[in-house]
Amino acid sequence: MDNASKLALMASVVLVFFGVLLLVLFLAGRASGRWQTPLARLIFLGPAALLVIIGLVIPAIQTTYGSFQGPDGKKSVGLANYEWIFGTPDNWVFLRNTAIWIIVTPIFSTVVGLVLALLLDRMRRESIPKSLIFMPMAISFVGASIIWGLVYEYRDPAEEQVGLLSAIVSLFNITPENWLLWQPWNTFFLIIIMIWIQVGFAMVVLSAAIKAIPMDVTEAAMLDGATGWKLFSKVTVPMIRGTLVVVLTTIAIGTLKVFDIVRVMTNGNFGTQVLSNEMYAQAFVQFDKGRGSALAVVLFIAVVPLIIYNIVQLRKEQSIR
Amino acid sequence: MSVESSETAVALEKAAAKTAAPDHSGMSSALRRNLSSPWASAFVIILTVLWTIPTLGLLVTSLRPAEEANNSGWWTAFADPVFTLDNYQEVISGGDTIPGGILPYFINSFVISIPAAMIPLTLALMAAYALAWVPFRWSNAIFLLIFALQVVPLQMALLPLLQLFNLGWFGLPPLRDLVQAVPVLGDWIWPTGGTSFMPLWIAHTMFALPLAIFLLHNFVSQLPRDLFEAARVDGASHFLIFRKLVLPLSVPAIASFAIFQFLWVWNDLLVGLTFAGGTVDVAPITVYLSNIKGTYGASLHLITAGAFIAIVVPLIVFFSLQRFFVRGLLAGSVKG
Repeated sequence: MDNASKLALMASVVLVFFGVLLLVLFLAGRASGRWQTPLARLIFLGPAALLVIIGLVIPAIQTTYGSFQGPDGKKSVGLANYEWIFGTPDNWVFLRNTAIWIIVTPIFSTVVGLVLALLLDRMRRESIPKSLIFMPMAISFVGASIIWGLVYEYRDPAEEQVGLLSAIVSLFNITPENWLLWQPWNTFFLIIIMIWIQVGFAMVVLSAAIKAIPMDVTEAAMLDGATGWKLFSKVTVPMIRGTLVVVLTTIAIGTLKVFDIVRVMTNGNFGTQVLSNEMYAQAFVQFDKGRGSALAVVLFIAVVPLIIYNIVQLRKEQSIR
Repeated sequence: MSVESSETAVALEKAAAKTAAPDHSGMSSALRRNLSSPWASAFVIILTVLWTIPTLGLLVTSLRPAEEANNSGWWTAFADPVFTLDNYQEVISGGDTIPGGILPYFINSFVISIPAAMIPLTLALMAAYALAWVPFRWSNAIFLLIFALQVVPLQMALLPLLQLFNLGWFGLPPLRDLVQAVPVLGDWIWPTGGTSFMPLWIAHTMFALPLAIFLLHNFVSQLPRDLFEAARVDGASHFLIFRKLVLPLSVPAIASFAIFQFLWVWNDLLVGLTFAGGTVDVAPITVYLSNIKGTYGASLHLITAGAFIAIVVPLIVFFSLQRFFVRGLLAGSVKG
C-alpha cells in the first residue's frame, strides 16, 4: 500500500468509527422511554467492557494457564516452566540484572530528581532547565537508545574516538573500553539511559510536591533555627514522603517492564538480559509459549507487591491528614 | 499497567495541575533569594547541559557528511563546520545503504497512532459517563474491576491476542478471517496474505482503556449534577446529553490524555513488534529503527538522522503543548 492510500485508510477508519457512533447515538435517542436507560448502559458501557474482557481478562487467564503448558501450549508440564526460570543457572543473569535495574534506577532517578527539584525551587529561571531535563520523557526508548548508542560508540584505541564517553576517557589517558561489551558494567551503562529518562519525571512531580508545602510550615521551622540540611531532612522530606514513595514505586514498575532499551542496545547479549526482554525472546523468538507465559506471570507477580505497597502508603498518607 | 497507577495517576494529576500553574506558596521570594547560591545554580546548569548533550550529539551527527560523522567525534564539527542535509534525504526517501527509506514507517506511525488515540478515548468517555451518571447495581463493581485491571502487564496479553487475531480462540475463526469476510472493505483493511493495521489499533485500544476510563471517570463524575438533571427534566435522552453536554465539556480532559496516548503509541516498540512484524506495510517507525540499528548501526550518519526523524514528532508536541503534555504524561506515566 502506498503512503497516500494508508492515510486514506486511516481517515476512512476514523470517519466510519465516528459516523457509526453518531448514528447509533442518534437512533438510540429515539428509543421509547422505558428502554432508554438500559439501552444507554448497553451502548455506552458495552464496547469498552467487551474490549477490556477480550483484551485483558481472558488473555490474563490464558497466559496464567499457558504458563503450566509446554512450548506449543498443548501439554501440561506442571511447574516445569517456573523451575526452568529459577532453577537454571544461565537464567540467574537476567534475574540478577532485573534486580539491579529495579534497585538502581528508582533510587538514583529519585535522588537526582529531588536534588534538582530543591535547587530549582530556589532559582528564578526554573523553566528552561526544567524543560530540558524533562525532555527525554518525550523521547521513545528506541530513540533514547540510539542517542546513547552514540555516546557509548567505541573505536579501536589507535583510531580517533567518535563516542563522547570514549573521547572523554581518552582525555584522561585512560584506554576506553568497549562499553556495551564490558561485563558486568554494561548493565549500568544501559541503566543510565533509563535514569536519563526518569529523572525529569521525578523532578517535575517532586517539584510540585515541594511547592505545595505550606509556607507557614517552612517559615516556622526557619524561625526555630532550622536551615540547610536540617530543614531538608526534618521538614521537606517528611512533608513530601508520600510523593517520594509514589515516584520510587512508579519508576520501579516502569523499570520492571522496560524492554526496549535492552533490546535495541544489546538484545540481551553480553550478560545484559532482563526479565521483560527474556519474555519477548522466549515467546516470539524461541516460540516457547509456556516459558514466555511463565515469564509474563513472574513479571505480573513482581509488579503486584510494588502496587500494594504504593496503595498502602497512599492510604496512610490520606488517613494522617 | 498497574492498580497503583490509578491512585498514582490521581496524585500525579494533581501534581501536574500544580506544575502547570506554579504557585510559590512554598517559600516567599525573600526566602528564595536567601537560599539561592551560585553553587546551586552552577550545579543545575551543569546537570542541564549534561542532560541535553546526548540529544545535541545526535542532531549534530545527523547533519554531518558520512565521512566526517563516522570518523570523528561530533564535537569536532564546531571547529570545522561542514553540515549537510544529505543524510536526511537518503534516510527519508531511501538510498544505496537503506533502500526504501524511513518515510513509509513514519506514515505508518501516524496511521497507527491517530486512531489508536481517538478511538479508546471516545469509548472510555462513553463508559465513564455510563458508570458515573447512568448507575445501576453493578456500576461500582465494574468500575473497581476496570481499576484493578491496570495491574495486568501488557506482556500477559500479547500471546493470547496474537492467537485471537491470527488463529482464533476456542475453535472460532480468527479476527483476520472475520475482517476479510466483509465484502470490498475487508480486503482493503486486511489484505489477503498481508498484514493489517487492525491488530495494532485494537491492541492499543484495549491496553489504553482501563487507565482512560479511570481518569475520565474522575473527570466526568465531577461535572455539576444540576446540569444533567436539568437536561433530563427537559426530556433530553442520555444520548443527546452525551453528545451535547459531556463531549464538549470533556474536551480539556480529553486533550491531555489524547496527547499522552498519541505519544505512548508513537513511542511504543513492544506492541508494534508483536502485532506488526517488521513489514513496510504496517510497522511503525520505532520497529524500523530498532531493526536498522542492528543492520546499519555502523552508519552513524544515517541511524542518527533516522532517530531524529522519529523523535522530532514527540519533541514538537513537547515544546508546543508543554502544559497539556506534562499533565497527560504524568497522569499516564505508569501505563504499560
